[in-house]
Amino acid sequence: MKINTRFHGEKEITDKEIIHFPKGIPAFEEEQQFVILPIDDQEHIFILQSVTNENLGFVIANPFVFFKEYEFELAESTTSFLELESERDVLLFSILTVQDPFTSTTANLQAPIILNLKNNKAQQVILNLPEYNTKHSIFSQQQSEAVKG
Amino acid sequence: MLVLSRKVGEVIKIGNDIELTVVSVSGDQVKIGINAPKQVEIHRKEVFDQIYNENKAASVDISSVLNVFKKNP
Repeated sequence: MKINTRFHGEKEITDKEIIHFPKGIPAFEEEQQFVILPIDDQEHIFILQSVTNENLGFVIANPFVFFKEYEFELAESTTSFLELESERDVLLFSILTVQDPFTSTTANLQAPIILNLKNNKAQQVILNLPEYNTKHSIFSQQQSEAVKG
Repeated sequence: MLVLSRKVGEVIKIGNDIELTVVSVSGDQVKIGINAPKQVEIHRKEVFDQIYNENKAASVDISSVLNVFKKNP
């Protein structure tokens, strides 16, 4: 099927690429189908593009590139909701709040996106851990080396 | 909004499978125990609101994001 995107224009995608957020994403509960698209030259940063709303997309990143010590345990509610059977099936992203200049960009470590690669079901989970909040700078020390900005 | 008075140790039942217990009261702080099915997500409202607002902020500048990347080739 063809979808319209803000970043990539008209884009041909297959059903297999569609990631399902059965609960939507807080503030965008009605948007439940997304695809992950690359950004030119970026190795660790992607666009999470809504299939049904071309104006809606998030910039997401592999958080471990920027925050090497990032860790948390998945709640049982998440593993059962996503039908996760093995940690090998998990892909994890953080939503970036992109700022201009890009060096002010932050990552939301409090609410990561968990994706089950087996069934393409995903959820944005909310962690109750004091060490993580919604605005961690991705540009401190070695973190800036991971992005071509 | 339904308002109920409860004493410490007393319980409120919501539907068939959610129970709220007043565990303790100290000054203006109330400890509440929650029993709910594991698929029910429970969050402090202000935390949820923060995520909600951050998601809005993260999506708002979406059209200018590529320009930010392009500006710094």
